[in-house]
Amino acid sequence: MKTKKIIIILFFLSFLNGQVYSMEPDVFVQSTVNRASQILSKNITKKQKINELKIVAKETVDIKGVGFYSIGSVRKRLNEEQMQKYSELFEAYFLKSFSSRLSEYTNPKIEVQTKEVLNKNYTIVNSILVGTSERPEVKIDWRVYTKNPDNPLIRDLIIEGLSLARTQKEEFASILNSNDGDINSLFRALEKFSEN
Amino acid sequence: MFRKLTITILSVFLLSFNAYADSSGDLELKKNQTKEIRDCFEKLNRATFAFNQGLDKAIIKPLAKGYRNLPDPLQKGTRNAVRNLSNLITIPNNVLQGDVRMAIINTGRLVINSTVGILGTIDVANKMGFPNYEMEDYGQTLGAWGIGPGCYIVLPVLGPSSVRDTAGSFINVLGGDPWYNASAHGNNEFLNQNIFIASKVLSGIDFRANNIESIENLEANSIDFYASVKSLYTQDRENKIKNNQRGNIEVLYKNEEDWEEIEDQ
Repeated sequence: MKTKKIIIILFFLSFLNGQVYSMEPDVFVQSTVNRASQILSKNITKKQKINELKIVAKETVDIKGVGFYSIGSVRKRLNEEQMQKYSELFEAYFLKSFSSRLSEYTNPKIEVQTKEVLNKNYTIVNSILVGTSERPEVKIDWRVYTKNPDNPLIRDLIIEGLSLARTQKEEFASILNSNDGDINSLFRALEKFSEN
Repeated sequence: MFRKLTITILSVFLLSFNAYADSSGDLELKKNQTKEIRDCFEKLNRATFAFNQGLDKAIIKPLAKGYRNLPDPLQKGTRNAVRNLSNLITIPNNVLQGDVRMAIINTGRLVINSTVGILGTIDVANKMGFPNYEMEDYGQTLGAWGIGPGCYIVLPVLGPSSVRDTAGSFINVLGGDPWYNASAHGNNEFLNQNIFIASKVLSGIDFRANNIESIENLEANSIDFYASVKSLYTQDRENKIKNNQRGNIEVLYKNEEDWEEIEDQ
């Protein structure tokens, strides 16, 4: 009898755990923007804001996945060492670029509106950056990677219909094309950006 | 007349050439397929881009900053007036794209704003609950008809474009823009070509003034600013041609499989 009770309790606990940790993509986006908003509203230096935003980005963005997408089919011909170097350089580049772009905003208010499930791996969450007297309303869509529902991750931001991931991908492709596909040219560009 | 005809024929020829150049024998234009833009003149484009950046830093950006110091109602009035004039190009393009309903709405918007809205300086139609205004041009119409962008071109002063969109702009001065026709060839004492040019310059400065921070931000965070601008221009035109205000996944990513392939790593 006692064993039966324990099994039932364990069953419900495991069920509850699943409910607690699984996060809907729209809730995830709203909680992420709330975290970023709080940082941007803080009375701290820009450098401190950037550092805190980097922590949020590391936890909520699939930086490795965005990096692989950005380099396109070139990644298939990279060896393990080059791949490792690219991942490190891309992370440094991405965190700097992402956080300094965001740090320009003060007290942004983002409202999540709807979501569209593309497939089991991806959901697009629609939101708006609420307009102020200084700036118009901006539509922002989030491509959320949901393969692991317990740990959704952002893979792209689509601002007024313009994809940041696609822009990055075409930027990288342009650098590679201008240098006969030499991956070292992209490494140098990423290094230079991160150092400045 | 002969000159106009030559320009038109040349434009159509260039367009046709670019639409079919990469089709590998498949001459049928697929309406829903986004066509790749090619950077056929990259060296020249990059040189023109550098020239435009210099011009922007020396003249356009300072003018835009000065414009931003004008009183808000003056800036808003100017923005509304130049947007109102753009209806004259949008309406025929609504018709050419088969969107008669929107042509009627935009005609109503133009009439109300030009009269009650004091030459378009006040957007009365918007306050009356008209749908949001979406500009259309001849480049978009050609795109909606299935003609590909052709090569990417950076025009001096005017900035990013494509063969298709440049040809679309030619249509404006070949009779497609009633505002240009009335200003340049209207034979009236109120309008002349300088007024037309002034309206275009104001439109450009207003756009630049509204995007000072975002362009600065983009430049500071790009490792190849030229490529970033090209990508954003291309995406924006694709969205406008498909009339996607939020972007369409199929159009946006060109190849959704690129994302799926990442999973295989």
